[in-house]
Amino acid sequence: MSPGKSRKQSFEASLKRLEAIVESLEQGTVSLDDATALYEEGIHLAKECAEKLKAAELKVKKLAKAMDGQFEVEGLKDE
Amino acid sequence: MISKNPMEQLSLIAEEKKALTVSEITRQIKLSLEQRFSRVWVQGEISNFKQHTSGHLYFTLKDEGAQISAVMWRSRAEGLLFLPESGMKVIARGSITVYPPRGNYQLDVEQLTPVGVGELQLAFEKLKRNLAEEGLFDESHKKPIPEYPETIGIITSETGAALQDIRSVLSRRFPAVEVLLLPVRVQGVGAAEEIVDAIAEMNRFRKIDVIILGRGGGSLEDLWPFNEEIVARAIYGSRIPIISAVGHEIDFSISDFVADLRAPTPSAAAELVVRDRAELLELLRNYCYTMHGSLEEKLSTLRDRVEGLLSSYSFNRPRDLLRESAQRVDEFERSLTSKFSHLVQLLHHSHLTLEHRLEALNPKNVLRRGYALVRKEGDLVTSARGLEQGDDAMIQFHDGTVKTKVQP
Repeated sequence: MSPGKSRKQSFEASLKRLEAIVESLEQGTVSLDDATALYEEGIHLAKECAEKLKAAELKVKKLAKAMDGQFEVEGLKDE
Repeated sequence: MISKNPMEQLSLIAEEKKALTVSEITRQIKLSLEQRFSRVWVQGEISNFKQHTSGHLYFTLKDEGAQISAVMWRSRAEGLLFLPESGMKVIARGSITVYPPRGNYQLDVEQLTPVGVGELQLAFEKLKRNLAEEGLFDESHKKPIPEYPETIGIITSETGAALQDIRSVLSRRFPAVEVLLLPVRVQGVGAAEEIVDAIAEMNRFRKIDVIILGRGGGSLEDLWPFNEEIVARAIYGSRIPIISAVGHEIDFSISDFVADLRAPTPSAAAELVVRDRAELLELLRNYCYTMHGSLEEKLSTLRDRVEGLLSSYSFNRPRDLLRESAQRVDEFERSLTSKFSHLVQLLHHSHLTLEHRLEALNPKNVLRRGYALVRKEGDLVTSARGLEQGDDAMIQFHDGTVKTKVQP
């Protein structure tokens, strides 16, 4: 994992890490201490992913050309 | 000056205002016209078409009320995808230039697009062939579409049906994405140029994972911007992967061929770009069960080993040490169970809000009505014959589990 992203990972990175954890737990070759730590991390990741999925509102913004020709982001007025 | 005769008036004007030379007025006209009309689109019918031996094309564009001379220099004419001829309806893009020695103005044509369907079809086939030969459609150049994009760029009309379709699909399937719209005209003159600019702008704007470029259905002429060579080259040059979604399922555009992925419709593009959240929640639930099961299995193996050692004679003395180990295993199990049930609750909640029907199948509901599960050594006991006097059994209610011994 890249150090810059340690606080909040992307959904994809979280899910990939979770898949790796599930796999190593399934193989059963890790020690109990490691397994417990992996389990805790896995549960945390699963929770994070589930919460992200629950986000109810789609965010839509617009790139619009300003007076100086530069583009900037603005809200989209809803229909 | 009302009372003076015309001759007097004229001489007065000549004295008061310096008269312009022909060259000077022409220079001013040239400046004014060429600045004002430096980039115009003109629709009309070709007449008096002549191809000079030098390769330059000379013709007149006309409609019912007017006409304008036009020239297309050889270097530009060589890029034409069809052969112009008198009588053909076209849209010419170019600029107005004034030729002082003859005191006339003309349209200097940069690009010529046929308007009739037959000509458009020919131009389409020719461009498709040229670009295919050049390698713009090669699979090896296509960029993979990210599996879980966080920011999706959309290049389409702000008022079109395509945007609404994409929004509603994304809201339903995976609303945890951010959508960045860059509104463009998707038909008519200048649309292709706007699309090209939009692709460039999105590539400058760093944080976009994938672009959906498209519009709803329309006639071949309406869809034409997506068949323009400049659009094809912009898609090819994009650093960000592009999904092309133009018109209906049966419509194929040059954009579709050159894009990294073709979607039959804008809605389908939205379906392709994100996964379904109900499916993902199900996947997460399965992962949790797998992790829980694996860890429980590990714990129970360790427990068996500890218990085996406890009951063996040789290890009966240093009992404290063993008890400590046993306690540690118990603690692990307790914390595991509480974390797991918390998560399962969370997942249940989010899943149920999406899939209400699952509620009826939830075994916890059965337990809540007063039923209970009986387990012996972890296995479910489904018959009275499964238990004998003196057996240890676990009874699971909806809110917890109690340990019991079968009485004589």
